[in-house]
Amino acid sequence: MIAAGFQAETAVLVIPIVAAIVLALLPSYRLTAQLNVAASLLTFLAALSLFVIERPVPGEYVFVDDLNIVFIVLNAFVGLTASIFSASYVGHELETGRLTAANLRFYHAMYQIMMFGMNLAFVSNNIGLMWVAVELATLSTVVMVGIYRTHEALEAAWKYFILGSVGIALALFGTILVYMAARPVVGEGNDAMVWTLLVEKAADFDAALLNVAFVFLLLGYGTKVGLAPLHAWLPDAHAEGPTPISAVLSGLLLNVALYVVLRFKILLAASPDAIAPGPLMITMGLTSLIFAAFMLYRRRDIKRMFAYSSIEHMGIIVFAFGMGGPLANFAGLLHMVMHSLTKSAIFYCVGHIAQIKGTQKIADIRGLTETHPGLGWAFLVGVVAIAGLPPLGVFMSEFLIVSSTFAAQPLLAIPLVFGLLVAFGALVLRGTGIAFGEPTGSTAPSNASYLPIYAHLILVLGAGLYLPPPLVGWFQHVARLLG
Amino acid sequence: MNGLTFDIAHMLAGGLVLVSFMLLYQDRLYALLNVYALHALVLSLSVAWQAYVQDAPHLYVTAAIALVFKAGVIPIALHRIILRLGIHRDIETVVGIGMTMLAGMGLVALSMVVMLRVTPEADPLAREDLAFALSVLLLGLLVMVTRRNAIGQVVGFMALENGLVLAATGAKGMPLVVEISVAFSLVIAFVVIGIFLFRIRERFDTVDIGALDDFRGERR
Repeated sequence: MIAAGFQAETAVLVIPIVAAIVLALLPSYRLTAQLNVAASLLTFLAALSLFVIERPVPGEYVFVDDLNIVFIVLNAFVGLTASIFSASYVGHELETGRLTAANLRFYHAMYQIMMFGMNLAFVSNNIGLMWVAVELATLSTVVMVGIYRTHEALEAAWKYFILGSVGIALALFGTILVYMAARPVVGEGNDAMVWTLLVEKAADFDAALLNVAFVFLLLGYGTKVGLAPLHAWLPDAHAEGPTPISAVLSGLLLNVALYVVLRFKILLAASPDAIAPGPLMITMGLTSLIFAAFMLYRRRDIKRMFAYSSIEHMGIIVFAFGMGGPLANFAGLLHMVMHSLTKSAIFYCVGHIAQIKGTQKIADIRGLTETHPGLGWAFLVGVVAIAGLPPLGVFMSEFLIVSSTFAAQPLLAIPLVFGLLVAFGALVLRGTGIAFGEPTGSTAPSNASYLPIYAHLILVLGAGLYLPPPLVGWFQHVARLLG
Repeated sequence: MNGLTFDIAHMLAGGLVLVSFMLLYQDRLYALLNVYALHALVLSLSVAWQAYVQDAPHLYVTAAIALVFKAGVIPIALHRIILRLGIHRDIETVVGIGMTMLAGMGLVALSMVVMLRVTPEADPLAREDLAFALSVLLLGLLVMVTRRNAIGQVVGFMALENGLVLAATGAKGMPLVVEISVAFSLVIAFVVIGIFLFRIRERFDTVDIGALDDFRGERR
């Protein structure tokens, strides 16, 4: 069984990397698009099998525990639906000549390398390896953001690259400091970077060093999470890259960075003398939420608007984990999953909408429910979901976050609710404008792939109506782990 | 630890901070690149000395990478890029040299205060090394924010990474995986940068970041 377990966690890494090589070699774009889906499906199945097999003993480099398994499965699932969406999306881009066949070959190979980097970040038990994985995932998305070669795309990629590199440099400095703190206790060499060993012995670490390390880690990885004021790369990167990448950036890559922050938060919580990471995270979370909520009103570009919405939701999630405690952690985890599913569904819709209308300007898109009912209503449901209206899943997690804040720190609930309401107003205003009214632009029928959109929205709706008890039990267990 | 080994390590790491300051006031691209090559050379010496002191042969590899790639290949390649693009003119700085230098001093003082205060129990060599490394890192950041030129920003970023290598080698016994990754990321970074420089040139006829601002998506 141990062998089988090891194989499953290796499989989520091996499949993408093999697929990347194969995709880089094959010329036909139809075939590669299908192979991309097939590889993502295999990865998803391998990730699912992690649930049933017996866990292997944590290794020096890779391990699977209750926390990362949730993320691996979510990652593989959104990776799969995004690849299905991507197959129909890039077909259209090729027809209109925005991308060439050579671009696509590169794009598909990079897509799998990005999936590999993200999965590696989740399963790595070594904080150095974790850093390398996040860096790999980032660099692969940088080149994809710049793939259209337009002025805006190049500027977005350059900004993303520079800011991301600075973030990752700060994160590496933080990692070195953690190693320095661990070395006297755990011993020299590789052991002092193995996360499971670090957590075991964190109580004896030098607290002052750990504190400084956490500040660097939070700032460094926080840049990737898109927390204000380190968010500047995010709207550009989301708006200018291909839409499947916007969906994956919002739905997954931000999660990867946040997951790494959570790992270090657990480490800090295990050391009694270290500062509480809560206040820092609460401050950054609230800043991001309120800042992004106001920025939502001034957006004229539809993808840019949802990029700001991602900053807003990452702020909410970081706030929830900063509050801590079983309920807030539970809500934070749930919100992470709900946000990933909803936001990627929205980006899938937006991708098709922008292709049909030939524009990303919000002002030029009207009356979508009349011309394209399937797409328009799905989009509206997505916007309603992300704005946090019942009965959808995001409402549930936001409600839990607000109520747990009221219970623990009533004063903090005021700015939180304020930010949520401001964002709600902006999203409903823009969402209804796009969905209703006098139709504008092209009314050509779309060859959209509805499967990924509806699959996500049904899951979000389902989670809002009824959460299965095993899932709740699992999340509660993980929430306790997070402290 | 005898006094001399400590003094030499101290001198080399301090020298790196000094060269970082020299990066701050260069106003010509070629000069900036030359100073960066010097920066990498001092780093390589410092890492080699750490390898000797810690008796860690694998650090010699890191030193060699710093010497060959960072002090040799990369500055030469950037030289050639500048030559091909014909942009060996002055660098526009965002704020004056005087203010930049003052800010740099402030950053060095800050990193000394922070690092020396939180590491009273670490061994003195690693402790001072870490403080210097943070100074180099922050000065690299400062170079990045005070240059409006893409190549200036790249040099700032590479100086920043040199600070990271200094920190990683100062942490005794840190596994090789990190050193390799730093070198690795640098190579990738360079590839990406190289591609971008050409693409930017293709599109804008300049590598001045200010030209990019005109195409900001927000202003459409």
